[in-house]
Amino acid sequence: MKRVYADEKWCIGCHLCEYNCAFANSGCDDMVKALKDKEIRPRICVEDRDKITYAVSCRHCEDPICVKSCISGALQKHDGMITIDQDKCIGCLTCILVCPYGAVSENGTGVVQKCELCLENSCGEPACVKGCPNRALIYEERGES
Amino acid sequence: MKNYVIIGNGVAAAGCIEGIRSVDKESKITVVSAENYPVYCRPLISYYLEEKTTLEKMNYRPADFYDVNGCEVVYGKNAVSVNKDEKKVVLDDGNEIAYDALCVASGSSPFVPPFAGLDTVENKFSFMTIDDTLALEKAINKDSKVLIVGAGLIGLKCAEGIVEKVSEITVCDLANRVLSSILDNECAEIMQKHLEKNGIKFMLSDSVDKFDGNRAEMKSGKIVDFDVLVLAVGVRANTSLVKDIGGDVNRGIIVDDKMQTTVCGIYAAGDCSEGNDISVGQKRVLAILPNAYIGGNCAGINMAGGNSEFSNAVPMNSIGFFGLHSMTAGSYYTEEEGGELYEEKTDTGIKRLYMKDGILTGYIIIGDIARAGIYTSLVREKTPLDGINMDLLKKNPSLAIFSPEISRKKVEGVI
Repeated sequence: MKRVYADEKWCIGCHLCEYNCAFANSGCDDMVKALKDKEIRPRICVEDRDKITYAVSCRHCEDPICVKSCISGALQKHDGMITIDQDKCIGCLTCILVCPYGAVSENGTGVVQKCELCLENSCGEPACVKGCPNRALIYEERGES
Repeated sequence: MKNYVIIGNGVAAAGCIEGIRSVDKESKITVVSAENYPVYCRPLISYYLEEKTTLEKMNYRPADFYDVNGCEVVYGKNAVSVNKDEKKVVLDDGNEIAYDALCVASGSSPFVPPFAGLDTVENKFSFMTIDDTLALEKAINKDSKVLIVGAGLIGLKCAEGIVEKVSEITVCDLANRVLSSILDNECAEIMQKHLEKNGIKFMLSDSVDKFDGNRAEMKSGKIVDFDVLVLAVGVRANTSLVKDIGGDVNRGIIVDDKMQTTVCGIYAAGDCSEGNDISVGQKRVLAILPNAYIGGNCAGINMAGGNSEFSNAVPMNSIGFFGLHSMTAGSYYTEEEGGELYEEKTDTGIKRLYMKDGILTGYIIIGDIARAGIYTSLVREKTPLDGINMDLLKKNPSLAIFSPEISRKKVEGVI
């Protein structure tokens, strides 16, 4: 399965992936309207370790503890991708309690959000990867079992 | 072809079914369900009363779950005994079901202490099942005064679920604090204040001495008048099926890391079972949903001839009330026990990291819970802290706490 991988060698820490993620998942077709004067809640997060930067988003684990731990059955694995049914989610945040990558977050309306590879929104491919100016994010298959 | 039988139809059973089917797609699975519902999300019953979910959305799996997985579900029946020599489960209607591998996922039952005069209380409820919930829903109205006995997870979630629908809620508990199983005094106080702000009254270090109709006389001598009583004192693991045939049972049914009981061919998982809590190195009942699924799944894989171990169970809870969330995991060792504490307080919350012998053994966070799973993973994996950037760890959970090699693997590799 294709996943999003980060390459810290090329990441310049511009945080564009976070903005592109928030925009792609806003349901809005105008980036300014979607993001201006708003607290953005991206599903990808740029981290900084001794000035080395890299982006972290859902790893779509082969054995996902978030799905196993979800108390509402809202997190599911479909064809390798971990999806969240926000209508079923009740915001207990058990997924945030267990995700070893810190890749699930609150969406501000009482439920959680996570990377769904932009396959569930109108973007169709990961907006973070598409908009990365230095190809520090890669969307590809790696070491499939 | 084998005959798999699962006693119980909760989340551990669902995990078991999915575990079996990951190995064996053909053999028959029979599920004995005491409740007349397909597997549902038990912890959501309070959210149902709060109208944050519906009975339909509370289904844990899609409607065709049992069909797709080739399961026969026997609804409304209890397993009363297991004949381990003939490998049969005996039901309360006298029917017998033969098994080659059996999983006991019988859950737990509300524990009701022998309060004097309890039989004089007409409107009394437990809060464990959909049926309990529907009965409670019918009994309350905007004028109801509700007394909840037990300030643990079940009692407080119940309080949150109905506070908008009733006139008054009093919660009493023998313990000196709320959520005593997961929070220490100071953290519990933060949560209690928040609950009080939202209309819940407390009588702690106090319990009911006796009931007389709709009146409770407390041990302290105080009187509480109520219309509806909810008993949420605690739960007891349903262990008798295994105990009766000589299997090892403590508070729960003893299982090893493969979820096997001490009786050949019989596994156990979920709230009825007692496995290793690696944060204390002892067997404990860890009655939480993630462990129920993971344990059930592990049992299912092994029942079907696969190889699975559940060897990193720890207590862990994410629980919020009226928008204030708390997350806890592992064990909290005091200084006297050789533990070391890092603490950070904010206006609205607290973070406590408990360390001992070079690992993070547990933590409590109230308030800013973002990315707390990174802390939980350190507890579950017993990650040595000598390779961890402790300044970053204390500040905020992130992958930057790990060495460059390890954090790189996490974002560049298939997990």
